[in-house]
Amino acid sequence: MNIINVKNLFFKYSKINVLEDINLNIKEDDFLAIIGPNGGGKSTLLKLLLGLLKPQKGEINLTLKTDDIGYVPQNTNLNIDFPITALEVVLMGHIKKQKSLFGYSKADKLCAMNSLKQVGMDEFANSKIGDLSGGQRQRVFIARSLCANPKVILLDEPTANIDVKGQNDIYELLKELNKNICIVVVSHDISVLLNYAKNVAHINKNLVYHNIENLNKKIDNENEHMCEVELLAALGSSHNHSSCNHVH
Amino acid sequence: MEVLQYEFIQNALITGILISIAAGVIGSLVVVNRITFITGGIAHSSYGGIGLAIYLGLPVLFGATVFAIITAIIIAILTLNNKKRIDSIIGIMWAFGMALGIIFVDLTPGYNVDLMSYLFGSIIAVSSADLYYMLFLDIFIISIVLIFYKEILAISYDSEFARLRGVNVKFFYTLILILVSLCVVAAIKAVGLILVIALLTIPTFVAEVFAKRLSTMMIISSFLAILFTILGLVFSYLYDISSGASIIITAVVFLIVVKLLKR
Repeated sequence: MNIINVKNLFFKYSKINVLEDINLNIKEDDFLAIIGPNGGGKSTLLKLLLGLLKPQKGEINLTLKTDDIGYVPQNTNLNIDFPITALEVVLMGHIKKQKSLFGYSKADKLCAMNSLKQVGMDEFANSKIGDLSGGQRQRVFIARSLCANPKVILLDEPTANIDVKGQNDIYELLKELNKNICIVVVSHDISVLLNYAKNVAHINKNLVYHNIENLNKKIDNENEHMCEVELLAALGSSHNHSSCNHVH
Repeated sequence: MEVLQYEFIQNALITGILISIAAGVIGSLVVVNRITFITGGIAHSSYGGIGLAIYLGLPVLFGATVFAIITAIIIAILTLNNKKRIDSIIGIMWAFGMALGIIFVDLTPGYNVDLMSYLFGSIIAVSSADLYYMLFLDIFIISIVLIFYKEILAISYDSEFARLRGVNVKFFYTLILILVSLCVVAAIKAVGLILVIALLTIPTFVAEVFAKRLSTMMIISSFLAILFTILGLVFSYLYDISSGASIIITAVVFLIVVKLLKR
């Protein structure tokens, strides 16, 4: 079943078109990778899906409540000096759930601890967020988005500034979560992402959609190695991709 | 110890403690939200309220309170709508408020009270009425922070996410600035408009080294502010120097020592 349906969407900042005629369906069990060059409109699309921006033309239909969308923002390395513990960050996901006069209820805290356990960060619950590594911090932010029991999680560049081991750990975690939740990831690390994603949307003003299984078959048929630059170019063209023709 | 028998000394100490509690709580919010400059703007433009109150014959602290709250709301609206030129706008309001205050005082016939006491504080000259007013402001500030702690923490740390989770970011940002303006007014008597920034930021800078949570930061900051104020008052008495400046110098020396030791 489609949970997010984008139809003929246009968006521009002042007079420059950022997104043109975007059509996209996201299914409830999808693992969608949104890739494309910088400034191609990836983050803008994410913000539109979240309702942080409004499209000028076209529509976005959700078959879920906005509360069912979890969000992991791009730069979790900002505000590192802030005096806040991992548990408190996760509790932010709960902020409107229950009205208790002072602070959070026991149930909220229990739920937040469970989210932390899910991402393997429960033993760091009382660590200051700035004392954690980039990868650990990212897990805490994923836990925060899990806190509200979302049906879909949107992640904006979750592995930027994280080492390779940390990146793989994050993707393994997302794969695990994908058993119950739809995952939408905006990312640069295409080669890693293609091992995990089910579908790919390449965005550079326009959107080109690929199913990973078909894509892999196609690449196998070509029987040639592709570097990331070529892969990205191939994914961006809606036609058959050209084979390797530049010098490495 | 017989110095403690004088009522004005007792009042000075109680004032110092009351102000320090508010300064620790609000100073933490100022530092984590990085609104030190905005706080400076609110503090200085509230001088316009002091001048206006003197001109109209109203209680000075009351005039400053109303004026500071209005300034805070104006700055909140401007910041939330136009982030580009906000530093210039605050700079302008900063100077405008002070100019307004000076002109109102000029226009007041026969007025010759020491203006310096509002700029640099006069903790020795605090009346009992002032004390009650400060106590009231303290209770108000702490209650609001306690009741809305979750929301205040959320928008201070990650306002975009807070907005997605349905927190009214604009309302709480404005609320934080109003609390800042109340704290500034409460601190006028103790350290004055110009030095209040230091009392708000220095204890928090020190507390930052030790605090894992915003709430802990607030508590440590309050205790440090009390320590600085009392030590500052003692030095002020021993060496016959201005109390406001003495408090700030004590705090700065303490800050430098802690930051050096922590290296």
